[in-house]
Amino acid sequence: MIQQNVDVAVIGAGPAGLAAAVSARKNGAKRVLILDRNNWRGGILPQCIHDGFGVEETGKSMTGPEYANMYVKMAEKQKIEFMLETMVLDLNKKLEITAVNKNGLHKIKAKSIVLAMGCREKTRWSIMIPGDRPSGIFTAGVAQTFINLYNILPGKNIVLLGSGDVGLIMARRLKFEGANVQGVVEILPFPSGLPRNVVQCLDDFDIPIYLNHTVTRIEGRQRLKSVTIAQVDENKDIIPGSERKIKCDTLLLSLGLIPENELPKNIGINLDEKTGGPIINQLYETNIPGVFACGNCLQVYDTVDALSKGASLAGKNAVKKIEKKEKEIEVRPGKNVRYVLPQKITQSGLVHFTLRVTKPDQSVNLKIKADKKEIFKKKQRWVNPANMMELDFELSDELFKSAKTMEVFLDE
Amino acid sequence: MKNFHVAIIGGGVIGSAIAWELSKYNLNIAVFEMGSDVCSGTSKANSGVIHSGINSASGSLKAKFCVEGNKLLRPLSDQLGFSINWTGKYVIAKNQNEEKELNKLIKVGKENNVPGLKILDGKELKKKEPKVPCHSALWVPNAGVMLPYEFTIVLAENAAINDTKFFLDTKVIDIKKEKDVFKIMTTKGNFSSNIVINAAGLNCRKIHSMLEKPDFKIYPCRGEYLILDKNYGNLINSMIYPVPPKELGVLGVHITPTVEGNILLGPSAEFVDDADDKKTTKDMMKLLLMEAKEIIPSIQNNSVIAAYSGTRCKLASPEEGGWADYKIYESKQNPGFISLAGIESPGLTAAPAIAKHIANMVSKKISFKPKNNFKTKKISKRFIDLKQGEQQKLIGKDKRWGRIICRCEHITEAEVINALSNPLGAKTLSAVKYRCRAGMGRCQGGFCTQHIIRIMEQEFKLKPEDIKLKSQESYLFLGRNREVKH
Repeated sequence: MIQQNVDVAVIGAGPAGLAAAVSARKNGAKRVLILDRNNWRGGILPQCIHDGFGVEETGKSMTGPEYANMYVKMAEKQKIEFMLETMVLDLNKKLEITAVNKNGLHKIKAKSIVLAMGCREKTRWSIMIPGDRPSGIFTAGVAQTFINLYNILPGKNIVLLGSGDVGLIMARRLKFEGANVQGVVEILPFPSGLPRNVVQCLDDFDIPIYLNHTVTRIEGRQRLKSVTIAQVDENKDIIPGSERKIKCDTLLLSLGLIPENELPKNIGINLDEKTGGPIINQLYETNIPGVFACGNCLQVYDTVDALSKGASLAGKNAVKKIEKKEKEIEVRPGKNVRYVLPQKITQSGLVHFTLRVTKPDQSVNLKIKADKKEIFKKKQRWVNPANMMELDFELSDELFKSAKTMEVFLDE
Repeated sequence: MKNFHVAIIGGGVIGSAIAWELSKYNLNIAVFEMGSDVCSGTSKANSGVIHSGINSASGSLKAKFCVEGNKLLRPLSDQLGFSINWTGKYVIAKNQNEEKELNKLIKVGKENNVPGLKILDGKELKKKEPKVPCHSALWVPNAGVMLPYEFTIVLAENAAINDTKFFLDTKVIDIKKEKDVFKIMTTKGNFSSNIVINAAGLNCRKIHSMLEKPDFKIYPCRGEYLILDKNYGNLINSMIYPVPPKELGVLGVHITPTVEGNILLGPSAEFVDDADDKKTTKDMMKLLLMEAKEIIPSIQNNSVIAAYSGTRCKLASPEEGGWADYKIYESKQNPGFISLAGIESPGLTAAPAIAKHIANMVSKKISFKPKNNFKTKKISKRFIDLKQGEQQKLIGKDKRWGRIICRCEHITEAEVINALSNPLGAKTLSAVKYRCRAGMGRCQGGFCTQHIIRIMEQEFKLKPEDIKLKSQESYLFLGRNREVKH
């Protein structure tokens, strides 16, 4: 067993891990180590060859690899250490990590740990599509891996199910390759990806989107031969007679992302059912002292800019000596808000809220209540579940001392 | 033209068990399998249950081979290293009326010498299985679960290292008797053999018809399953069965804790015209959940993570009640042609006993003696289940043990390479999955597929466009970028 001690250990070298590590170093951590199971840095970004990364953060639109490279350079400048092709097998409450790589087993003792494991894609079985089990069914991200990193074409005659951002980007990408992209099927009455992606990836390329539709059957005993799509009513039940068979060789699934949190579960970190990520306080700290969470394993972000901002805060806080918590305010999502982070507040000062609404709307007020009293109100021209909302709020000492709960909600 | 002593048609659990049993002797054996790997049909898609012998009437071949097979499996799992959980099973009676059925099962069980059977009342069962409300239950200690594909593959691979020749992706087109030998025409050329064993499962009638008019018919009966997430693995400790339904000759929708820690719900029973139609359906998914909830009310709809189906090879139609005994016999018209027809449940349990029976039949046709260099390759423990010292040692020997490829199931590069180096030459993505579990976890291959493809390309010189998911035409990719022509 190879042993070492570090100040901050970061699990995952994707954009969140890199941003957290850079921030930890800048804020005084001496030894910062990033572990990652792949043999590259940047997580999913190297396969995201489209642009649009970093606009809010730098004012410049970069590709995924360019954005990743910007942070890799910062990390190298900061002398951040990396262990690549390294899989974390276990971590415990004493902040010890057991990991394995080609050199053997490793034990890493850290003063604090930042979780940045990212997320995984939902599969066919998350919505239980019946039918055959042929080849030719890919999640959008896997198709993106093969087409962009390996020059391999997953299919030529394509139907997409789900209008998440990766799916929209892939519809356009496959069109570039000359594939016949027949359309995007979405069960909701609105697209689940960002509006800009709907315009730039579908509208600009005349790719139709079938809202209120889903795939009801998969056919093909070897390679996929066809899918059947059908219209659904407001309860998402299939409208009889609306079924239509579409011949295709490939079905791409963009059904959403699930935060990867197997390691935290094992040591008793509490997870939020709505986000799928750990429950955190305003410092991005979980219920296990010294363990922080950021990036897509905390909540699924829609832009890397917002993700890096959150991860930088997590990395900065991971260096601080955490004071003992005397009280805790519980933060809850209220009317028309699906979730809100952080779920706990343990001190006064600036709180960086992130949240998602349940449905698209216009001219509404975002409000915060402390116990029963309204303490904040801001007019929103429009809100959309696809767009994560951010809000910086200064919590006064007085309010922190008096409040037991806070509720974030939308109102007329 | 290559001549074999014994040609086995079908690489399911029966064909593979027979091949392994016969590979202990100085015989030239061939197995013809039309799938791209062994265990591609019914043997793969079932409950994996080791039956005790309470369900088949005494005196039947089903009862005989089930009870014998059950006894053989324990030492066999020690010898070959495949896993068995002897969970035992409970047959649940919902009321007084159903309890009468339990007594009938006990009677059959006693006639078949099944040990340890006893009836518990609802309160006693609650202590053992807190989530299962019932009137009373029959405890069957001598039942267990295994992984049907792991079992079939280890038998086939052990036969292969003892010189059995496996022909994958090979369909038998015709068989003719010529003097003393059978001429076998296949999609991979022609062969001859002294003895032909028809273990073709759902295709046994087709194969039989190539030589003579069969005296049996096949009634394919599809069964669908649902798999629950490992998070619900602690729902039950033992298998939970309802009292068998009166029609169709099946055991009913039961709840099975698998070796891997998932829970299976199923199978349904639906007679179908097309034996190859292994689709799953929305209606059956609903029905399975409904029937499972009648046994365990606390099962949640959203705990399901996957569905599959398999098809039983039945010799009796639903009108006849669906139950018929196995037909295992040598043809009178064509001596040396042995058919195994209608090997449905408890076929997995019965396989080792059936194999011994067939070896005995073969010994009466050809004289043979045991090989003195018979080899055994036991399934090794997975890297992740080893002690740290052992893990360290493996990495020291070969660095590829230190590289995790499948992050959900913690499968290493060395294990993927071992799976792809299998002696059968099976090289599909499913061949990897069923041998080492890479791609079987919660991400369903989302992360590891690219690494497995890279290994196939670099270490095994396969072209990505030739790589298949599971069968001959199930291509994974359709070429290279910028190749679409208009």
